Amino acid sequence: MAAEKNVTTTGLLGWIDHRFPLSRLYKEHLSEYYAPKNFNFWYFFGSLAMLVLVLQIVTGIFLTMHYKPDASLNADGIPVAFASVEYIMREVPFGWLIRYMHSTGASAFFVIVFLHMFRGMLYGSYRAPRELIWIFGCLIFLCLMAEAFFGYLLPWGQMSYWGAQVIVNLFAAVPLIGPDLAVWIRGDFIVGDATLNRFFAFHVIAIPFVLVGLVAAHIMALHEVGSNNPDGIEIKEKKNADGIPLDGIPFHPYYSVHDVLGLAGFLLIFFGVVFFAPEFGGYFIEFNNFIPADPLVTPPHIAPVWYFTPYYSMLRAVTDIFTWVMVAGAAVGALAVLRANWSLLFKAVGIAALVVLAITFRTFDAKFWGVVIMGGAVIIMFFLPWLDKSPVKSIRYRPTWHKWLYGVFVVNFFILGYLGVLPPFDLGQTYSLVGTVFYFAFFALMPIWSRIGSFKPVPDRVVFKPH
Amino acid sequence: MNKLISRVQGQTKTGRIASIRAQGLAFGLAAVAALVMSLSLPGTAAAAGSDHPIDKVPAQKLKDKASMQNGAKIFLDYCLGCHGVSYMRYNRLWDIGMSEEQIKAVMPPGAKTGDTIRTSIRHADAKEWFGAAPPDLSVIARARSSHSASGADWVYTFLRTYEADASRPTGWNNKLYPGVGMPHVLWQMQQAMTPQQYDSAVGDLAAFLNYVGEPAQFTRKTMGIFVMIFLLGFFFMAWRLNKAYWKNIK
Repeated sequence: MAAEKNVTTTGLLGWIDHRFPLSRLYKEHLSEYYAPKNFNFWYFFGSLAMLVLVLQIVTGIFLTMHYKPDASLNADGIPVAFASVEYIMREVPFGWLIRYMHSTGASAFFVIVFLHMFRGMLYGSYRAPRELIWIFGCLIFLCLMAEAFFGYLLPWGQMSYWGAQVIVNLFAAVPLIGPDLAVWIRGDFIVGDATLNRFFAFHVIAIPFVLVGLVAAHIMALHEVGSNNPDGIEIKEKKNADGIPLDGIPFHPYYSVHDVLGLAGFLLIFFGVVFFAPEFGGYFIEFNNFIPADPLVTPPHIAPVWYFTPYYSMLRAVTDIFTWVMVAGAAVGALAVLRANWSLLFKAVGIAALVVLAITFRTFDAKFWGVVIMGGAVIIMFFLPWLDKSPVKSIRYRPTWHKWLYGVFVVNFFILGYLGVLPPFDLGQTYSLVGTVFYFAFFALMPIWSRIGSFKPVPDRVVFKPH
Repeated sequence: MNKLISRVQGQTKTGRIASIRAQGLAFGLAAVAALVMSLSLPGTAAAAGSDHPIDKVPAQKLKDKASMQNGAKIFLDYCLGCHGVSYMRYNRLWDIGMSEEQIKAVMPPGAKTGDTIRTSIRHADAKEWFGAAPPDLSVIARARSSHSASGADWVYTFLRTYEADASRPTGWNNKLYPGVGMPHVLWQMQQAMTPQQYDSAVGDLAAFLNYVGEPAQFTRKTMGIFVMIFLLGFFFMAWRLNKAYWKNIK
């Protein structure tokens, strides 16, 4: 049978190896996966994201055992779904712990993923040959947003309900098919029992399924090409006689123990929140969400959970004035097409397309463009590998002003996030407009600015201080 | 109705049902009509916002089981006529140090210790009579929390800021919650007490509602300390283990 297979192990492991590549997988992904030895603090977040994914799945399974996706009212006039969450909090042994782990885990997931993505931006981890790792990662981020959005409806509180209502209504702004599309998504004319049940289905099976598959693809792609590092150097270019990268060390045991340290540090913070501040001042569990969903009472201020607020600010920034900014953007694009080294036909088609686009900017509802901008803020990340034209990967060897620019990018993202929590006000709206333009300009103009400045020489070997 | 209502009526004479029954059908109908109007007007039913400052409930009350017990008694006597805490069972009052006998003594007649603490107004009836059903108060302390004050503070302030107002259908208005639908149910209790005694009683009630909002909160914090101690130990071990391995890497 497996006579031609070269198996060196014996006993039970040998028996398995004849039938399943256990030893090979162990070597390829752990004991003989060579990772650069100069990983720093930023490199904890990949394994932590995996940990939180597992935590969310496990706590989610236990919550599903007691949660009831049912919008009908019980004898006390409370929606069954809302009451079932409180049942978990009170009657299920340690139900409160499982629930708080799940609600804190959702926010923790976003904290970790934001940091993980920013690490990729800092060290150029999306650059060739790692474009697919980045694209899988962006898809994971999209899934995560969908997962969080669907999950947030389930407690069936006022914020759950009206948050879903606001977001689904955005789809109604799509030209021609909008209103029908919104009804199709909800399964009803308002957010109701049909919506709750389908969001539950998406939250517990559809999205997690895709998410896990994408995570597998993300890691397979990573292990195919190898990890980047803070110096942005390809360690595979310098190998010893055995073909092992000189600056590489086996993932196991070095990074497995290192990640256990990261895990311990993370769990200290995570359980600190779970046990001592599970609402996190109303940011992880919003106060208004302790009022059962009521289709007849609109809360005075509806804000999404903190991790959506930067995008929510961008959505709110798109008013009539902003569509003029978008027209100006199209004009700049047209100018770039004119100056480009293209054939006359290409130029004509390009400019015609931009003119049509500019007309739709003004003719379609600004709300629709708000949705496009909000979605575009995530979609534009997919193109990062091709937008970055810097001669070096890592921020360490880029001109100092690039570091400042990334700093401004982060501060801008924080301010947009903060403004998204607040009710709209004039100055905030003005800032959101400027901040949104900056966010998009940062990416759109990256092919130009990322080449400019005096770059520092990149060393041959990674910078590593033994510790 | 049933025994409970008459018992509540006997004790407070101020609940909505009580006033409707006691003061005649005509007044009752007028009051209900006015209530329905006031509750269905936009901005009144949802009016939670007011610039009135929120006082802090004395912090030690929130941890004090005697306060919570007294709060539970006040709740069962004055509030249960209209508001349930339907996610709680009577026997969970054991958590705040009440014995089974003590629990039975404050329970409405006919209730069993394993029952949830429900109001005897039917939800549909309440909705028809008042225009909006009095909300279940199980998580009211959490729902009324804000970035500036806790929900217990809100309850403590709310029940101390009622004032007579002839323009309101109930004869009462509230400084913290203008246009509130609920009359000042505790007014007789307030009259029979010194201001300090009343503040203390309302503080006890706020402490009870704070406890009911999350019965696991005290277990949670105690357990949290042990988990933190364990994780600190785990972190130390992980740190030493990591260091031991990494000393080979030059």
